[in-house]
Amino acid sequence: MEGPGSFAAAAPGGAASGGAASHASVRTYVTGFVLSIILTGVPFGLVMSGALAAAIAIPVAIGLGIAQMIVHLVYFLHMNRESSRTWNMAALVFAVIIVSILVVGSLWIMAHMDANMMPGMMPAE
Amino acid sequence: MLGRLTLDAIPYDNPIVMGAVLFMVVCALAVVGGISHFRLWRPLWSEWLTSVDHKNIGIMYIVLAIVMLVRGFSDAIMMRAQQALASDGGAGYLPPQHFDQVFTAHGVIMIFFMAMPFVIGLMNLVVPLQIGARDVAFPYLNSMSLWLTTAGAVLVNLSLAVGNFARTGWLAYPPLSELHFSPDVGVDYYIWSLQISGVGTLLAAVNMITTILRLRAPGMTMMRVPIFTWTSLCSSMLIVAAFPILTATLAMLSLDRYLGMHFFTNAAGGNPMMYVNLIWAWGHPEVYILILPCFGIYSEVIATFSGKPLFGYTSMVYASVCITVLSFIVWLHHFFTMGSGADVNAFFGITTMIIAVPTGVKIFNWLFTMYRGRVRFTTPVLWTIGFMVTFTIGGMTGVLLAVPPADFVLHNSLFLVAHFHNAIIGGVVFGCMAGFNYWFPKATGFRLDERLGKISFWCWLVGFYLAFMPLYLLGLMGMTRRLDRVDNPVWHIYLVVAMVGAGIIFCGILAQLAQIFVSVRDRVALKDATGDPWNGRTLEWAVASPPPFYNFAETPVVRARDAFWQMKRLGIAHRELPAYHQIHMPRNTGAGFIVGGFAAVLGFALVWHIWWLAIGAFAGAIVTAIAHSFNENRDYHVPSELVALTEARYLQKRLQEA
Repeated sequence: MEGPGSFAAAAPGGAASGGAASHASVRTYVTGFVLSIILTGVPFGLVMSGALAAAIAIPVAIGLGIAQMIVHLVYFLHMNRESSRTWNMAALVFAVIIVSILVVGSLWIMAHMDANMMPGMMPAE
Repeated sequence: MLGRLTLDAIPYDNPIVMGAVLFMVVCALAVVGGISHFRLWRPLWSEWLTSVDHKNIGIMYIVLAIVMLVRGFSDAIMMRAQQALASDGGAGYLPPQHFDQVFTAHGVIMIFFMAMPFVIGLMNLVVPLQIGARDVAFPYLNSMSLWLTTAGAVLVNLSLAVGNFARTGWLAYPPLSELHFSPDVGVDYYIWSLQISGVGTLLAAVNMITTILRLRAPGMTMMRVPIFTWTSLCSSMLIVAAFPILTATLAMLSLDRYLGMHFFTNAAGGNPMMYVNLIWAWGHPEVYILILPCFGIYSEVIATFSGKPLFGYTSMVYASVCITVLSFIVWLHHFFTMGSGADVNAFFGITTMIIAVPTGVKIFNWLFTMYRGRVRFTTPVLWTIGFMVTFTIGGMTGVLLAVPPADFVLHNSLFLVAHFHNAIIGGVVFGCMAGFNYWFPKATGFRLDERLGKISFWCWLVGFYLAFMPLYLLGLMGMTRRLDRVDNPVWHIYLVVAMVGAGIIFCGILAQLAQIFVSVRDRVALKDATGDPWNGRTLEWAVASPPPFYNFAETPVVRARDAFWQMKRLGIAHRELPAYHQIHMPRNTGAGFIVGGFAAVLGFALVWHIWWLAIGAFAGAIVTAIAHSFNENRDYHVPSELVALTEARYLQKRLQEA
């Protein structure tokens, strides 16, 4: 039996709880939570206060957003070097591929829309 | 106090809506009366509503799907009747405002509340049995997923009686779905029913992935996993990857509507095109979420009834995985005409054609499985063969639409409507029906009536062709979709034929319902005491029908791909074990049902801006979930004597049968 918070404890057979996955403590969750708050608050403050020019603020906000994703993976989803199981790795690779397709694809599509569809930019012919 | 909700929200003045509401109320009263009369409230609560057993949850998902199929089909036949009546100078019987709600509700219901629960229900019912597990990985979460999906369905049906539904089409494109153009509650019903059921779907997929990856019987390597379980895994991975996009997109739309933001408005820097881009980045994977498990069903059915191992198992697995990834790089083909230009359109046109290749591989695999097999033409096989012919036509019109210049002609026309119904009815509905007929004896312990099953199939097949082939022609002639009336006498006859087709499909649905009724009535004659009525190949047929609540008395050891087939050949299936052990099982809990109930109230309160109720319901759901997490009395052990007794009874019945 694991702690009451673990649904896997209710799983029959009990095979769901592998030994290698390091179970997190309250400390790691709190660390992750505080880091997430900081990584959300800083870009929000930057944008709202207008302390930085938009050309700098946007890349900074994106960078901090990516940092927050990594924080979530490490502190909440417990992806670390020890848990290098095949499925963890496969799931991460799949997620990275899908997110990249979505972000790059959307940027590509919207850039073309912008070039073709904005008023005043319509080709003359 | 009640936000925007007043008595005017009930459409008294609309006789069609009030008739439908009356019908729903009568049905509900009949169900409540029946349950009270037969004193079934206690068993209903303790064995079904609070159940965490994957088999019961699967059955409840499928019941939900069949109820919503009837609802969604009523919308369909209303549209066909309206277009047939209003294409030869007549006005029809539906005002435009109402017609727009009908086509929106039809799409939303058929995809989210018919196809999704049907597919997820079959996955729940079958996957744990196929991999030799006792239940899914997170049984309580499974119950919660079911009730969140049901909460969404309740909201959609409630919109009929209180307020209205969206008039935007099933994907609610802005700017039409923004507050400025849709100020009433329709789009809000749309948003919250999808958000709530979406959470349920996402959790169900997480559960399914964990189950398949972690709870397989010893010896079941990934390349021995039955193909239906493989496709369920691919489909669940697609859900986990794609549904967050839907959730985020609808969240941004609701921020626009509730908090005056401008993600997708025309004003203040918003961009409606971004919504179209995002919603299809979810929407295209969604069609593969639905079709992949159905491909798995066809594979199981065709291998079992041909008496042969599936041809090209490995290529089937790789084709499914390819489709899983490729389905994420084709989404722009839904909006070729929005103006991305030649480079972008060419890229997505080519990827769309490429994704047809793994699907074609599968068709050949099924054909070669039948080749030189002893095919038994049972109802599931008829659905499968009907699928192979129909889906191939749907696939070819799909490849035609993938050519951007052709799409510029056919975009938004009835040709497109015919194409996706061709793929979704011919692929997903036929697949669900095949799976329903195939696994029904496993779920209930008796077979379905074959004669009515075949009548249902032929009605569906003939009705489908009559209903949708005319739409291809109308599309080529230039008729656009979603028209509540047209003034073109030439098109009239096609629309009448389409309506007749819908009528024949209606006969198919009636035959299906009659089939269930007759089979329940004749359940003694149709009894399956063996647990293996079709001479099956995979592990779900190795246990009694219906399976005992713990599934397997002892976890089977898998040594081959068609594990049960090999056991039968070696003569080690259905053996009495020398000793039985106690079994560790999860306890039923009402927490999932209660959370689902709070979620339905939350959605209703958000739709009508009843903020105090929304806060209360949200807090109620969270508190219920937290309180349940402190419940340590959530599992128990089935004594070995009970297991031994259950197994002995089953084996004795088997012997009597043989």
